[in-house]
Amino acid sequence: MKDKKFFEREGVQSVIASIICILIGLLLGFIALLIINPKGAPQAMFRIIGNFFKWNRGDLKLENFGITLVKTAPLLMCSLSILFCYKVGLFNIGVAGQYVVGACAALVGVFGFNLNWIGCVLLACVAGMIYGIIPGLLKTFCNVNEVISGIMLNWISLYSANMILGKYVATGAKDTPELHSTVEYQKALLPNIGLNNLFNGNKYVGLGLVIAIVFAVAIWIIMSKTKLGFELKATGYNKNAAKYAGMAEKRNIILTLGLGGLIAGLGASLLFLTDFTQWDINQTSVPAMGFNGIAAAFLGGLHPIGAIFSSYFIQHITDGGSYVDLSMYTSQISDMISSIIIYLCSFTGLIRYLLKRRKGGV
Amino acid sequence: MDTQYAIEMVNITKRFNGFTANDNITLTLKKGEIHALLGENGAGKSTLMSILFGLYQPDEGYIKKDGQKVTINDPNVANALGIGMVHQHFKLVECFTVLENIILGVEPTDKGFIKRKEAREKVIKLSEKYGLNIDPDAKTEDITVGMQQRTEILKMLFRDNDILIFDEPTAVLTPQEIKELLQIMKNLAKEGKSILFISHKLQEIMEVADRCTIIRKGKYIGTVDIAKTNAQELSSMMVGRNVNFHVEKKEANPGNVVLEIKNLSVSSKTHGKNAVNNVSFKVRAGEIVCIAGIDGNGQTQLIQGITGLEPISAGHILLNGNDITKYSIRKRNISGLSHIPEDRHKHGLVLEYSLEDNIVLQRYFEPDFTNKVGFLKRNNISEYAEKLSEQYDVRSGNGTKTIVRSMSGGNQQKAIIAREVDRKHDLIIAVQPTRGLDVGAIEGIHKQLVAERDAGKAVLLVSLELDEVMDLPDRILVMHDGEIVGEFDPKKTTQEELGLYMAGAKKNKPINEEAAV
Repeated sequence: MKDKKFFEREGVQSVIASIICILIGLLLGFIALLIINPKGAPQAMFRIIGNFFKWNRGDLKLENFGITLVKTAPLLMCSLSILFCYKVGLFNIGVAGQYVVGACAALVGVFGFNLNWIGCVLLACVAGMIYGIIPGLLKTFCNVNEVISGIMLNWISLYSANMILGKYVATGAKDTPELHSTVEYQKALLPNIGLNNLFNGNKYVGLGLVIAIVFAVAIWIIMSKTKLGFELKATGYNKNAAKYAGMAEKRNIILTLGLGGLIAGLGASLLFLTDFTQWDINQTSVPAMGFNGIAAAFLGGLHPIGAIFSSYFIQHITDGGSYVDLSMYTSQISDMISSIIIYLCSFTGLIRYLLKRRKGGV
Repeated sequence: MDTQYAIEMVNITKRFNGFTANDNITLTLKKGEIHALLGENGAGKSTLMSILFGLYQPDEGYIKKDGQKVTINDPNVANALGIGMVHQHFKLVECFTVLENIILGVEPTDKGFIKRKEAREKVIKLSEKYGLNIDPDAKTEDITVGMQQRTEILKMLFRDNDILIFDEPTAVLTPQEIKELLQIMKNLAKEGKSILFISHKLQEIMEVADRCTIIRKGKYIGTVDIAKTNAQELSSMMVGRNVNFHVEKKEANPGNVVLEIKNLSVSSKTHGKNAVNNVSFKVRAGEIVCIAGIDGNGQTQLIQGITGLEPISAGHILLNGNDITKYSIRKRNISGLSHIPEDRHKHGLVLEYSLEDNIVLQRYFEPDFTNKVGFLKRNNISEYAEKLSEQYDVRSGNGTKTIVRSMSGGNQQKAIIAREVDRKHDLIIAVQPTRGLDVGAIEGIHKQLVAERDAGKAVLLVSLELDEVMDLPDRILVMHDGEIVGEFDPKKTTQEELGLYMAGAKKNKPINEEAAV
C-alpha cells in the first residue's frame, strides 16, 4: 500500500474535495441568481468569480487585487486560529470575539496611547490572547464548553468595543478617525515595505500579508515538527491518552486557546492598522471575518498552507460580490451569494469522506 | 427447496487495496446449530461477518439463504432475511428504557402512536420463552452489562430473526454472566434459531458449539465437529502452532519493596462511599502480585490513584521508598512507574497517531527524541520504533508509519507493552493486559510479564480472568467493594475459594498487619 495511486493520496483528495465544494457552491449560487433575476445571472456570476478582472485597465486590476490581498491577511489569521485550535480538539468559535478585541486594542493603542504600529500590534496580540484564555480557563476549571462561552464572549466583545471606541469618534460620526488623516496617527500605520509599488501604489498593501503568511508557515512547522505540536495534537486526538502520558492536558488547552486568540487579535490589527477600514461603533453584528475564518479553515483542508489559498479564494468572491449589478439585484445579493459558496465550502469534510468511501478506503 | 442449511457462504473472497482479508472462505450454518467462528485477532472474522451483514460486498463467492442465492448489499436486506447481530460494543440508546431500545426502529404503531402495551407484552413473552431476564422499564444506563446484552438479544428476537450472530459476546461479561449467556444460547438453538458464535475463547466454544469453522490470516483452515475435537487441537488450528496454556515460570525470588501503598482511599464519582477504602499492600521486586476481583470493585480506581490519573482522597504511595503521592503523572512515570492501562483505546494509545509516535508517547521529550530547540528528531524516533517493533514482534501494514487505529487489537497491545517494558522502570502495572486477545497473543504477554519479574521488576497485575489469576502471579490479593479482603498463594488456593472472597461471602481482616500503619 506504500505506492498509493495519485488520486488516493490524502493531500490530493483534500484538494479535490475543496474544488468540488467550490464548484457546487458556485452552481447553487448561480441557481439562486437565476431564480431572482434570470437576465442578469450570467453577468453577476462572472463578476463574482472575476472580482478585480472587472476593471479594464491593468493598473486598476492590480490596485483592486491589492485590496483583496489586504483583506485576505486578517481572514487567513482567523482561519489559522480556527485550525490551530481544531487540531487540539477545540472549536474556537470565539475567534470572532478575539478578532474584535484585537481590533479594539489596536485602535485604542492608536487613539488612546498614541503608540507606533509595533506597540499597537503587540497590544492587539495581548488582548486577543487574554480573550482566548478566558474560554480556556472556563473549559478546564468549570467544564464549560468553549463553543458556548465563545459565542457569549463574541457579543460581549462587540458591545464593549463599540463603547470603548466611541470615545474616539467625532460627534455626529459613526466611524473611528482615519489614520492617514492625522500626522500623529500615521506612525501607527503598518509599513508598506515596498509592496505598495507592486500594486499600482495601493497604500494599504504592506507588512500584513507577509506576517500572515509567516504565521501560516510557522504553524505548519510547529504542528508537524516540534515537541509542542506533538503534545498539542495528542491532546486533541485523545486527551485521556495525553493525560496518561503525563502531558499537561489542562495547560495545553489553555495555551492553545490563548495562542488562538493571539493569532485572531493580531489578524485584526493587520487590517485596522492599514487604515483600509474603520471601526463602526453602531454595528450590531459581530464582524463576519471570524466566522468566514471557519469556512476558510475547512475549505483549506485544515492545513495551514491550504488556508492561505482558501482564505484568498473566500476573500476573492466576497469582494467580487460587491461588483454585482445593483440595478438588477438588491445590495444584499453579494453577501448572499458568497455566503452560499462559503457555506458549501464547509462541506469539504463530507466530500472527502465520500471520495474515500468510493475508493473503498473506509 | 428443502435444505439443512440456514446460511451458506461459499468461496468468499474479499480484498482491500491488494490485501486479501478473506481468501476463499466457506462457512455453512445448519438450522438450529451453534456454529463457532474461530480465529486470531485480524484473521478476517469481522470482514466475513460484515459481508454476511451486507456492509461489504464479496469480490468472489456467493451467499445462500435456505438454499436460495441471495444478494445482501445493505444491512436492511440482512434484517429482512432474518439475520440479526449482537455487536461486541452494544448499540443501545442509554437514556431509553430497555423496552424502548428493543422496539427502536420497528415500533408497532397505531396512527402514529406507539402501541407500547402490545410491544411490552411481546417482549415479556419472548424473555420468558428464552429465559432472558430483563426489566423492560429500567433505563439502559442503569442496568448491568449482562442485561444490556440480553436487551440486544431481545432486539433480534423481537424482529423475528432466526439467524443470530454473536460477535465476541463474552468479552465484557463476568464469569457468572458468561455461564448464563451460554445457557441462553443453548435455549435459543433448541427453539430452532441458528447461531453464529464469533469467539477466540476455546472453553466457551467447546462448551456450547456444535461445529466450529477456523480461519487464519484470511484463509479457511477447516470446519470441525466439536464432539470430535479438543481445545488443544482448536488452538493449534487457529494459531498454526502448539500453544502452551500454562505459564512456565520458575520460583519467585522477591527482593526489596518497590511499591508500597499505605491506607489509600479514592472517593467514588457515582456514590457517597469510597471506591477504594483504606487499602494497604506492598509489591516487591521480582514478584507478580495480582489484584483479583469482580469488575467494578474498585480495581480501576485503585490503579488510577496509584498512577495519578485520578486524585486520591487519603493515604500514601511509596515508590522505591520515595513518597510519590503528590507527584504529577509525568514525574511518576519518569520515577520508574510503567503502566499498561486497562483501556488501551481510551488511555493507552493515540489511535490517529502512527505506530512510531505511539511508541515514543512516554519518551518523546527525552534528548534522544527532541533537540534543544524543541524539534522532534524524526529519524531517531523511526529507528527506535523499528527496533522495538522487531524486538517485540509488533506487526503493522505500513511499518512504523502505520496509523495505530488500523492495527489489530493484539498488535496495538503489543505496541503498548513494548513501550512500557522498554523504558526505564522498576514497577510495571498491567491492568487486564490480555483482555480481548487470542491465545497466541496471551501466551506472549504472559511470557513477557514473567520475564519482567525475572529481571527483578515489581509487577502489579489486575485481572478479571480467573485462569490468569490462578496461573500468572506469585501472590493474589482479592478486592471486594473497595477493600482487600484476602491474600492467597495461588499454589494453595482454588478458583472456588477465590470466588467466595470475590463475591464478598468471606473476608479476612486485616490481611496485612505489617503494611497497615
